[in-house]
Amino acid sequence: MSANAKITPSTLSIKDLPWQIAWSQEKCTLCGQCTAVCPVNAIEAGVFRKRIVDVDINADRQPGNVYKVYHGIRQRTDPAYHCVGCGMCAMVCPNDAIMPYHSDEAEKLKFHLNQGGQPERRGGRRNAPSGVLDQIKFLRISMLTDPALDAGRHEFEMRTLLGRILPPEQNMEIVRQRGWIPPVREIYPLIIGGMSFGALSPPMWEGLQMGVAYLNEEMGMPVRISTGEGGCPPRLLRSRFLRYVILQIASGYFGWDEIIHAIPEMKVDPCAIEIKYGQGAKPGDGGLLMWHKVNELISAIRGVPMGVSLPSPPTHQTKYSIEEAVAKMIQSMYMAWGFRVPVYPKISATSTALAVLNNLTRNPYAAGLAIDGEDGGTGAAYNVSMDHMGHPVASCLRDCYLNLVHLGQQNEIPLFAGGGIGKNGNLAANAAALIMLGASGVQVGKYVMQAAAGCVGSETQRCNICNIGQCPKGITAQDPRLYRRLDADDVAQRLVDMFVAFDTELRKIVAPLGRSTSLPIGMSDALGIGDKAAADRLGIKYVV
Amino acid sequence: MCRLVAITSDTPVSPMTALNALDVMREGHDGSGVGLLLRDLGGPLEEMKNEPILSGIFTEAGIRRLDSYMINMGFLTKYKISIKIPKVPPPGVPKRDMYLIRAYEYPEEWEDMSREEKEARLVNVRLALQEMGRENQDMIVFSFWPDTIMIKEIGDPLTVGKYLELGNEKLNARIIMAQGRQNTNYAIDLYACHPFFIQGFSTMTNGENTAFVPIREYLSSREEPGYTGFYSDSEVFVHILHYTLKHLGLGVEAYKHVITPLQDADMESHPNGEFLKHLKRTCRKLIIDGPNCVIGVLPDNTLFMTQDRKKLRPGVAGGKPGTWVFSSELCGLDYILPDRDKNSDFQPMHLDTAVVRPDRREVDICQQMQRLPRLH
Repeated sequence: MSANAKITPSTLSIKDLPWQIAWSQEKCTLCGQCTAVCPVNAIEAGVFRKRIVDVDINADRQPGNVYKVYHGIRQRTDPAYHCVGCGMCAMVCPNDAIMPYHSDEAEKLKFHLNQGGQPERRGGRRNAPSGVLDQIKFLRISMLTDPALDAGRHEFEMRTLLGRILPPEQNMEIVRQRGWIPPVREIYPLIIGGMSFGALSPPMWEGLQMGVAYLNEEMGMPVRISTGEGGCPPRLLRSRFLRYVILQIASGYFGWDEIIHAIPEMKVDPCAIEIKYGQGAKPGDGGLLMWHKVNELISAIRGVPMGVSLPSPPTHQTKYSIEEAVAKMIQSMYMAWGFRVPVYPKISATSTALAVLNNLTRNPYAAGLAIDGEDGGTGAAYNVSMDHMGHPVASCLRDCYLNLVHLGQQNEIPLFAGGGIGKNGNLAANAAALIMLGASGVQVGKYVMQAAAGCVGSETQRCNICNIGQCPKGITAQDPRLYRRLDADDVAQRLVDMFVAFDTELRKIVAPLGRSTSLPIGMSDALGIGDKAAADRLGIKYVV
Repeated sequence: MCRLVAITSDTPVSPMTALNALDVMREGHDGSGVGLLLRDLGGPLEEMKNEPILSGIFTEAGIRRLDSYMINMGFLTKYKISIKIPKVPPPGVPKRDMYLIRAYEYPEEWEDMSREEKEARLVNVRLALQEMGRENQDMIVFSFWPDTIMIKEIGDPLTVGKYLELGNEKLNARIIMAQGRQNTNYAIDLYACHPFFIQGFSTMTNGENTAFVPIREYLSSREEPGYTGFYSDSEVFVHILHYTLKHLGLGVEAYKHVITPLQDADMESHPNGEFLKHLKRTCRKLIIDGPNCVIGVLPDNTLFMTQDRKKLRPGVAGGKPGTWVFSSELCGLDYILPDRDKNSDFQPMHLDTAVVRPDRREVDICQQMQRLPRLH
């Protein structure tokens, strides 16, 4: 900082920032790649003045000073340009001369990310790395009376059902009378959760769709993907690949003009319709696509003007209550596709989830309930919503499942859990734990971005700038100069890797438990945890 | 792993035959307990096919409580088979006051009731007696049903059989199911011993049921009072059988489609594929994961044996017209029917249910890929 600079309340030092750039003059070749790649302009070329004390060893002349300048990298301390720790500078540096490090100090930046009265908005997730799912262990290893199954050799049927299942007696009677039975899809229990076209870049979306098609048609895995609220490209709507897609509708209805008009031309029905009432990352808040990302393509698909922020309202504004909304929207969506497509709501995990579920149990059309926990991700939200609002998914899901058990409807309304599954890389273990707590399947988004596209974001404040269209990996960018970094074929390949590996890990979990013929939904006797309170709350074993 | 043997025969057979067969297979059980189901009875009870028979173990006090309870209900003792027991039980067998086998006459006010009503009430009486017994630890009630005797006890099967003098001709029966127990609990609860029974349906199993908890939760929520107890993870097999036949109105051929449904690719080429798809989806919570060999009997005295989806447990069926035996091992079968045609012995595999109908003419093999019989 220069000697005559003014110090204001928001003048920060590098020490005050959460991420600090270490740069080595010795290694740096001044190629400029790091400053070019930085998505937030946190580093810039700097000119540094240096004094060298010059002392003659023979003492023939008086010591003196030599002044030099050198060029290098300077980290900016203006809150608007703070380093987000994405580490792209380290990735592009040919000499490993630069690296961001997380501060060992309680950050001061946070107090200043409200310039002009605008609270911090960002993308990403709740900045809390821990979670109960990683603590759950699988205890009930079959050792006593039977040989455990062989994950590599035996036959497994790891499938789940999406759709309203009738009680066996009623179903049997309707089959006899050839009456209408609600549509049911048999799908893979790991679903790619709603990430919209707009939140994601074109190559990311295309790569996911290609990967899903490959998994279905070449690998025989019925994987399904939700569109999120952002519409669906017209050609996909009119293709046979639509059967792998869950179309999401939310309060902004973005893209639904296009979808409705495409219905007569659809070759196949979509897998299902997901009505989004809430999102775990920002419960009670609406969707948000910030203006940076609304370019010509996005505005065309969504049916909106270019260059404006697109907030979906928190509520479905044409309805006055969730009961009415759920009932009417489910009904009209069923009608749109001739009662051939399952329709289910997605809510954020909340202490009021049971009330919603109880409404659904009395609605004969509700095809399931997706519950999104506090550790879910988002393309853009207020920081306070992400870090402080929401409900953990484990106990919310468990309560809902046990409520269905109480009602005897545990096989009738499938529950899908989402939000932070695999956030520490333990995807199969987290998913299996939720299934054994009562989920019929799980939805993942962030894990897919990390595994299939190399998203660098994390729960320790790294990157999390999906909102501004500057994604350094091109995953959530809408600028072709950024998203050309991502190759759709590579994404598809990695997605297939991810699902195939997940499938092996899931078998490695269920086979020793002696399960293979059906997904072990609600097999809570297999679970244990070293936390007494959590064990009691979830109704699983306490083990130490 | 436990050992199972079941006999169905035109001429009544002594339960000791089954216990001797278990003894031949004793490498497969540890002599920690035995369970017996006798149906289609010979002996004096043959004349009383419709009267409910109470089987259980009682203390002196328990008997008095039983008598007063039954008299209050209006049940009158019609016949009883006395089991005389020596004063000192053999090692490993607990001392009991009385093993009861007693046929009752229905109360007068039951006479005009429909069969369904009577059957529901008989279950309720058994459940009430079991509950009373648990309170005071003075009675253990196994069954209360016409033409049915159940005996269960801790100890080596053959030793128990000799001790209780089960060679008594009065106990001969045309259908016998017996299990020699390989104990997996330190303390043995007789209610956890096979075979299990509900309304004329009975099953016994070896192996463990890894999907027990979700199945138990589902059965418990079916609003059927008899779906209770669950002292053993195998008890649900008889409830699922009861549910399949009584609630869904299906035949024994469909039982295997409920507990171990076909995979989707097989179902597509199945003549009843559409129906089976519905059955699999709606009964998803009743899918077992094995490893199990299940032997069971239906109210009409049809006997069957079926296997888990991977056929991880032994089981063989053999015999001749008039007498058929299901056994865990060939040596058990050889003991009972050494002179049968061994070439026609059959070991049910992962898709099979072996069924002997009440006429006992043949072993009918229901294969899961076959068309199901038409429903009436």
